Amino acid sequence: MDKIQMLVALSAGLFALGLLGIIVRRNVLVMLMCMELMLNGVNVMLVTFAQQAGSTAGAVLVFLVFVVAAAEIAIAIPIVLLLARRKHTLDIDAYVDLKG
Amino acid sequence: MIETLLLYLFAGTALLAAVAMLVLRHPMRVALALVVTMLALAGVYALLGVHVIAVFQVLIYVGAVMVFMVYVIMLLDVRDRSYVGKFSRLLVPASVGSVLLLAVLARALWQDLPAPSTAVGETAFGVQQFSIAFLNEYWLHFELVSVLLVVAIVAALAVIKAGWRDHG
Repeated sequence: MDKIQMLVALSAGLFALGLLGIIVRRNVLVMLMCMELMLNGVNVMLVTFAQQAGSTAGAVLVFLVFVVAAAEIAIAIPIVLLLARRKHTLDIDAYVDLKG
Repeated sequence: MIETLLLYLFAGTALLAAVAMLVLRHPMRVALALVVTMLALAGVYALLGVHVIAVFQVLIYVGAVMVFMVYVIMLLDVRDRSYVGKFSRLLVPASVGSVLLLAVLARALWQDLPAPSTAVGETAFGVQQFSIAFLNEYWLHFELVSVLLVVAIVAALAVIKAGWRDHG
């Protein structure tokens, strides 16, 4: 198997596993971590094709994705903390009454 | 030869840790499995020759995001009912859907893959080229990212403040 094919397969596998985790797990924090896993899977493919094209723009884009992911987590975690303080649980089934 | 072997080793470790994320029960163990995945991916990046990305992967993801996550896990209650039954009702349909997604992705990506080049992993992309490209060509994006980070800080503070007001 070619090296690029292996990396693309790794990326698709990580993405599918992350998606499965988001749907299957019940803990809100675990779901958040599975989202990070999906983002990592996409990053692998971005790095692979950027490196194959030999462009510096790809690496800069990956760096920007890292920063956006950090900002996203910095907002998502306080929201999870507030949810947990209100319902006293991390179970996603407790939040079925959320709308929108 | 040894590099190809290491690449496969790191990729396998990442996939195994990702599977472990799905089956482990305690969120702390899930977080540690995710850290293993990210470190293995950093190894993959380093072997591909993008050393800057590998360093940032360790610094930003493992160093900042996951440490934050571990703190929050330690902050919250351990005896939660989502710890006992870890899977939701959608386990079987989600598994089937995930396998289908993987099949579609594999089919689409396998067919249209560009001709394999020998360039992957051979052109090292170090800090010097990255910094020159970043601050010469992409300085606007650099500034926009700093604005985004400030906005994220303000938003996090606003969320926490709103929670205080609602809860006394």
